Amino acid sequence: MTEQTSSYCQVGSFAVGNRLVDPHLRTVQSDRLRPNALTSGHRACQGCGEALGARFVLDAAMAATDRQLIVVNATGCLEVFSTPYPETAWQVAWMHSLFGNTAAVATGVAAALKVRGDTATRVIAQAGDGGTVDIGFGCLSGMFERNDDVLFVCYDNQAYMNTGVQRSASTPAAARTATTEARGREPGNAFGQGKNLPALAVAHEIPYVATASVAYLHDLEAKVGRAMELHGARYLHVLVPCPLGWGAASRDTIRLARLACETGLFPLFEAAHGEILSATPIRHREPVEAYLRPQRRFAHLFADPPRTDDIARIQAIADRNIGRFDLLGERAGKGSR
Amino acid sequence: MSEHPFAITLDAGSSRDNRTGSWRVERPIYVDRMPPCNDACPAGENIQRWLYHAEAGAYEAAWRGLVEDNPLPAICGRVCFHPCEAACNRGKVDEAVGIRAVERFLGDAAIAHGWRLPERAPATGRRVLVVGSGPSGLSAAYHLARAGHEVVVREAAPRPGGMLRYGIPKYRLPREVIDAEISAIEDLGVEIRCDAGVADIASAMAEGAFDAAYLVLGAQLSHRVQVPAADSARLLDALAFLAGTEAAEPVAIGRRVVVYGGGDTAMDAARSAKRLGATDAVIVYRRNRRKMPAHADLVEEALAEGVTVRWMSTISRVEKDKVLVEKMELDSAGFPQPTGEFTNLDADCVILALGQDADLAPLAALEGVEVRDGLVVVDAQMMTGHSGVFAGGDMVPAERTVTVAVGHGKRAARNIDRWLRGETGGPPPRHELASIETLNTWYYADAGRTVQPELEAQRRQTGFEEVVGGLDEPNALFEARRCLSCGNCFECDNCYGVCPDNAVSKLGPGERYVFDYDYCKGCGICVAECPCGAIVMVPELI
Amino acid sequence: MLRQIEGSRAVAEAVALCRPRVVSAYPISPQTHIIEGVGSLVKSGRLKPCEFINVESEFAAMSVSIGAAATGARAYTATSGPGLLDMAEAVFNASGLGLPIVMTVANRAVGAPINIGNDHSDAMALRDSGWIQLFAETNQHAVDLHIQAFRLAERLSVPVMVCMDGFILTHSVERVEIPTQEQVDRYLRPFAPQQVLDPAAPVSIGAMVGPEAFTEVRYLAHARLLEALVCIPELAAEFERVVGRPSGGLVSAYRSEDAETIVVALGSVVGTVKDVVDQMREEGLKIGVVAVTTFRPFPEQALGQALEGAHRVVVIEKAFAVGGRGVLGAQVDALVSDRGTKTYTVVAGLGGRSIPEASLRRVLGEAIRGELGAMSFLDLDRVVVDRELARMAEDPRRAPSTARVPRDVRENAARIV
Repeated sequence: MTEQTSSYCQVGSFAVGNRLVDPHLRTVQSDRLRPNALTSGHRACQGCGEALGARFVLDAAMAATDRQLIVVNATGCLEVFSTPYPETAWQVAWMHSLFGNTAAVATGVAAALKVRGDTATRVIAQAGDGGTVDIGFGCLSGMFERNDDVLFVCYDNQAYMNTGVQRSASTPAAARTATTEARGREPGNAFGQGKNLPALAVAHEIPYVATASVAYLHDLEAKVGRAMELHGARYLHVLVPCPLGWGAASRDTIRLARLACETGLFPLFEAAHGEILSATPIRHREPVEAYLRPQRRFAHLFADPPRTDDIARIQAIADRNIGRFDLLGERAGKGSR
Repeated sequence: MSEHPFAITLDAGSSRDNRTGSWRVERPIYVDRMPPCNDACPAGENIQRWLYHAEAGAYEAAWRGLVEDNPLPAICGRVCFHPCEAACNRGKVDEAVGIRAVERFLGDAAIAHGWRLPERAPATGRRVLVVGSGPSGLSAAYHLARAGHEVVVREAAPRPGGMLRYGIPKYRLPREVIDAEISAIEDLGVEIRCDAGVADIASAMAEGAFDAAYLVLGAQLSHRVQVPAADSARLLDALAFLAGTEAAEPVAIGRRVVVYGGGDTAMDAARSAKRLGATDAVIVYRRNRRKMPAHADLVEEALAEGVTVRWMSTISRVEKDKVLVEKMELDSAGFPQPTGEFTNLDADCVILALGQDADLAPLAALEGVEVRDGLVVVDAQMMTGHSGVFAGGDMVPAERTVTVAVGHGKRAARNIDRWLRGETGGPPPRHELASIETLNTWYYADAGRTVQPELEAQRRQTGFEEVVGGLDEPNALFEARRCLSCGNCFECDNCYGVCPDNAVSKLGPGERYVFDYDYCKGCGICVAECPCGAIVMVPELI
Repeated sequence: MLRQIEGSRAVAEAVALCRPRVVSAYPISPQTHIIEGVGSLVKSGRLKPCEFINVESEFAAMSVSIGAAATGARAYTATSGPGLLDMAEAVFNASGLGLPIVMTVANRAVGAPINIGNDHSDAMALRDSGWIQLFAETNQHAVDLHIQAFRLAERLSVPVMVCMDGFILTHSVERVEIPTQEQVDRYLRPFAPQQVLDPAAPVSIGAMVGPEAFTEVRYLAHARLLEALVCIPELAAEFERVVGRPSGGLVSAYRSEDAETIVVALGSVVGTVKDVVDQMREEGLKIGVVAVTTFRPFPEQALGQALEGAHRVVVIEKAFAVGGRGVLGAQVDALVSDRGTKTYTVVAGLGGRSIPEASLRRVLGEAIRGELGAMSFLDLDRVVVDRELARMAEDPRRAPSTARVPRDVRENAARIV
């Protein structure tokens, strides 16, 4: 849900800052003294959505916790580009253990804090989609089930980018990766069941689950803020486009993150204790083609002849999300915004 | 040496030793572009800049920005045909920003609060004669006075304002608004002499020891076409009719009035006739609506008030109580041609509004002044062929609107100032236009235009009360905030926020941002996500 | 206090006396009674404050310990056999990060075939993981080693694995002297971590290291582990001063001073060997036994000294390198063969098979008489394996060239038995 101010203010709550609104309604990112949990000099590719997402989330969490934060990070791009010896880009207490154990390590951190009576310091575990939906899922599910006091953040770039763009359980249907080549009768990733981790998190009935996007900063920061107000297991799934893996221009990172939402392919919602609370309505609906076309991983859908059947199936996925989460505000009434 | 285990544990933030700027092949730079509104404003206003202040509720600062270029915002805020709004990029998003309405709000606020125009520069000792106190003369006088010159304005009419007062009906432009803005200019030390027409420019300049002159005599001779009329027919000249509405005893027009012509003056005349008791006010115009020169808002308002129009019609003859109208049709070239079909139209009176010509007699003795098609030829500096004599407004070739006139006045004043100082060269080159393609309009919150209140139809029939109301403060603020700030940073913090490399430094309110090229990798997200198109990528020079 | 107590319960009591702050565990036989014991002590409030976390896998158990230790909490877990392998990646990670976790390994065979009985395949599989590995001979020893393990781990910032034979020790009830809380508190002071996750002084733990520094990092880990060879005897001596009982150390010798034949072994089998040594000494044979308490780091010097003067060394091992030789045996051989000392490896007790004294006496006699092969399998059922090898050799599905391999194996097997 987007934070709205009552009076109209030019860019409203869509731009990072807004000189026309009260400072407390501006984002953490607009603050000259923001924490910069992930600082300059990291080795992420140009236009990295994950670098952006991590700073957005952690800065918001640091702001919410008066910087009393410990972060546990899975193996993956985020870890590799941030901490190659001898330099680290983190300005927050941070630890990397393994690829698949991030949630459990965070549980250990939280347990250590609890046992010493430190209620101020909060714990975030963060991983890419591989470290969350695939190799990290066992530990994550255990952490959910025990309701350990950890916010787990998945930065979903929809494939194993660090190892050279191989398919993960989060790779969307039809997407080309190094292990789902764009050839054969079913080019790209198969239209499988997918692994909807936000839904799985909701199924654990943990205190808080939300999806967010680097294109909707106010929404993202509000969700981090709410997550940090709560205790117990919490889950935030952030879509972070990867220019390299998606075959997109580095400048289009936020644009694609926005299109993913505006097409309905990536619904933004919040849930608590197993119930969906709200969804962020789409402002300007776009057909899935607007999102797919700028990405080379979907280029085969627009070849000669085009895979109109696949595009239609992807559109159906978007339409289903729009219906399920009422992303056009049809059930809630248009006046909700 | 770190006190932590070697290569296992690293010191926070140490990555800043790694200057990732070396990866870059293109660099972002901040630019300022010409906003379409500014570009289109005949008065050369920096609209976007004054809206920027208004957005923050700093209305006096906004008004001060406005009067840098135009001392008549309350007037222009009512009668300008707002080419700025036609050009406004927001028009391609939802609806154009109501710039004129905000300008009027600011102009009215200045009158209400008694804000004073800026102080004059130290006296230069140079004297400039301005002939004509219409909007162009007033504008020039104001700018010349601010530059420190002594200005005398000579006006033939009994009251200053020219066409503002004698050509535009008061239901569009209340007289107290004219008086307030003129007196603000007079307060600056500008002398306006009324009932002081100039018969001969050369001798007037010599007598008054003027160093330069700006001539804005206007176009007040009604364009006469041969309309066959019976002696008993009642024909009125539109300008004289409109000027007459200013008099204590308006002219008698009867109940059925026909106005002949399709310009703004025709609309004003027909609407004024309605207010003076005409039950029927019919405009006869020889072409169709699309080709009619009158501004669309005036046509709309006229029709809303019950004025009717006979399109594709000419008047063949005027009788005592009727006119003979011939139906026209457009030929293949789009010109109206007679059809030979005639109808009669009852008319107690016919008002002719078929255009105006300039009376150039006072220039006759001036050497070097070139006249073409009844208009005075001026150069790019608005100077006539006679050195030191400048001309503008309706007497030179240009669109005849108040705002164009105001713009002429400003340009002429600045050129006169330069001429007096012996300077050459023009204003700095203009920035590249901020087209809609350079913007990322997603960021602007959805907001339709604010509608200005309008006087109800009943009261429009019965008097000269102002038809269009002003915006109240919340609405003016809302409207100002609809500005997209095309092409110029408005400090939305997007570049600062969306950089994955924290390579943008925010300098604080009014100071904008700088790129930290030590770390900028040149991804271009800042360019893509800048709402107003104020960043561009340029190749890195190695 | 001297108590008649099951080994697992005794270890649980000892662990509790060490005041771990975070205990995470996943149940696996034969470790279960240990974590049940610790869990019970936490539930009952005798061990507090302590977070006892039931996790979903051994991998998670070690990972929770990693997080807790990195946040400055004393962390403990326990596992067995396949469980140790499940957490293997995290086991390496804990030592690589220098986190002083203590883990009990209730040693169990690793399948397939699945087998819950005792041997040392699990610990040996992770012998190169960078952990200190201690092997307990008795339950008393296990209790003492756990207390010393926490002290050792935190002193060096290295994790310690205390190995105790599954079922043989964990499920046996013996008389055990449990130290008092006061004694343990005197010996083991609160955890003062060498590095910690602290928002007030943020660091990044767990960097990525490329070839430019990886060798140096590994060298430093090696050097730190070798430091334990100095540290362990000191801490054992201090333990004796505080608790009043000698225990621990690098190696432990029994009747080996003048021995011509010395048996080397790990864990509980040492007790059986001691009985056999006593019997053979009665018979006038010069025989002794040396128990390797500290297997990692490998105590080359101490063991070398203990084996000085022996004509032959027989290594009884509960694991071996399949396709290679014995793990401990190879290391002992490398240590003493250049002195002219002959070494024999006897693989025994796999998958919980008992090691009868008679069998031990038989192979030791063969070794003394020079009849024992360099590597042999105690009580191997020759009939079964010969039949199977023969069947494999005749299997028509095998290509002619590969059909010879079983014969070679058979011949080789015959030679080494």
